[in-house]
Amino acid sequence: MSDLRYTSDEMMTVSAARMLRNKQICFVGIGLPSTAANLARLTHAPEVVLIYESGPIGAKPPVLPLSIGDGNLAETADTVVSTPEIFRYWLQGGRVDVGFLGAAQLDRFANINTTVVGDYLKPKVRLPGAGGAPEICALAKEVLIVMKQTERTFVEKVDFITSAGFLSGGDARQRAGIPGRGPTAVITDLCILRPEPGSNELTVHSVHPGISHEMIRKETGWAIRFSDRCEETAEPTLQELEVLRDLQMRSAVAHGGAESAA
Amino acid sequence: MAQWLSLSEAIFSIVHDGDCVALEGFTHLIPFAAGHEVIRQGRRNLSLIRMTPDLIYDQMIGAGCASKLTFSWGGNPGIGSLHRFRDAVEHGWPAPLQLEERSHSDLANAYVAGAANLPFTVLRGYAGSDLPRVSSHIRTITCPFTGEELAATPAVRPDVSIIHAQKADRKGNVLLWGILGVQKEAVLAAKRSIVTVEECVESLDAPPNACVLPNWVVDAVCLVPKGAMPSYAHGYYERDNAFYRRWDAISRDRGVFQAWLKEHVLGTNDFSEFLRVLGESSKLAASA
Repeated sequence: MSDLRYTSDEMMTVSAARMLRNKQICFVGIGLPSTAANLARLTHAPEVVLIYESGPIGAKPPVLPLSIGDGNLAETADTVVSTPEIFRYWLQGGRVDVGFLGAAQLDRFANINTTVVGDYLKPKVRLPGAGGAPEICALAKEVLIVMKQTERTFVEKVDFITSAGFLSGGDARQRAGIPGRGPTAVITDLCILRPEPGSNELTVHSVHPGISHEMIRKETGWAIRFSDRCEETAEPTLQELEVLRDLQMRSAVAHGGAESAA
Repeated sequence: MAQWLSLSEAIFSIVHDGDCVALEGFTHLIPFAAGHEVIRQGRRNLSLIRMTPDLIYDQMIGAGCASKLTFSWGGNPGIGSLHRFRDAVEHGWPAPLQLEERSHSDLANAYVAGAANLPFTVLRGYAGSDLPRVSSHIRTITCPFTGEELAATPAVRPDVSIIHAQKADRKGNVLLWGILGVQKEAVLAAKRSIVTVEECVESLDAPPNACVLPNWVVDAVCLVPKGAMPSYAHGYYERDNAFYRRWDAISRDRGVFQAWLKEHVLGTNDFSEFLRVLGESSKLAASA
């Protein structure tokens, strides 16, 4: 047991970063996925290729971008292409290994909702909408999702499927003719979930240190199950924490002082 | 053929009530000055198109310019909601807003189809998504060669497209660089177009593959330095991320928004005056 002190958000970001392998081609969403992907680039995956939907390919931002099209993405990229091209040639062309996304609401079969809470025509909450996610979820070879886990965000069934996970479960995704494998891991501030072989229902594979099964059950809107081989997530290392904190501090300063985009 | 006009002349003669208007710029080069001039001149009933509505459409929607919005991602990047957009959709304030909702991949390619004079675009899109269920404009088409089913959506053909660019020469040829979004496609898809620029130069000195819009595809060019503030212009100034953060509180409340709009946009004569007033209020906010 180490005496490292870290927050549950840091545990989430570090576990998400570890999922990305060196030299993978990764299509990155803004916010948590971008933080995790850049942490991976600055630690164990220096040659990971980060693609942002605004057009930069091979971006190496010195501080975390606040928006999906910050200038530092273009300045540090290997090339910058137009938005139609990024989606048509690079994503639809089959060149993306990993789509790295966040979600407002997620269900037991890893379907993503970023459209509305409530009815589509009379929404309780109007969310930002699809962005690039429907096609990233369908066309990247695999998808990683990083988000905070609460009973409001982890629901039995999403109000609206913006981007497809495993739809109604089982082989529904393949039957719908969706080419990519879909979500292979969901990383939260409590645990790491993976789709169970066969049913494709999200089950807990790794529990973060200090988190009980009861806490996970309480923050999940369905009867969550734990894998037989469920383990404890390795704590963040000192190096991971130092790199992450340094990155977030530099980003907060660059963005005008307030807290960074986590 | 491009004419050099003042921004107020350009908006007056080219943007009309009821037009379908696209102000493009993907986070970068967002034509804020032009959007403000549309608000100042009181345009109404516009059908707005923009991939990422951003703060500029939040302001135009809150000011009552729009009756319809075609978009693919409507948030304040890295911050959260666009509150004026949400108020219009959730409560019909200041007027109901009809939505035509697409994905980025779709809308970007719908501009390409518009520029290419095609009626629709084809993509591997929306697989498993509920969006086609709620949108009559997202349909499927069968490939005549392979029998494969693909998504088909209508082309985007704005009456007017407006973009901001770094440079134009005296003849009105336009050069832009950095994150290009769909700006070129938006201009080529539109019946009429306005380009605001950072500076007017003798010669563009553009390399052969640079993104240049020749003066014969643009109707008006307007010199508006810093015309993309608080977004940014690559090589000129950076994004004012502090203002994007401040917008969350300004836009959350109808009254605070209206006071802001009156002081900064409706109560100023042009964009340079807006920048002066914005500078003062930003300084106040920073010292608060």
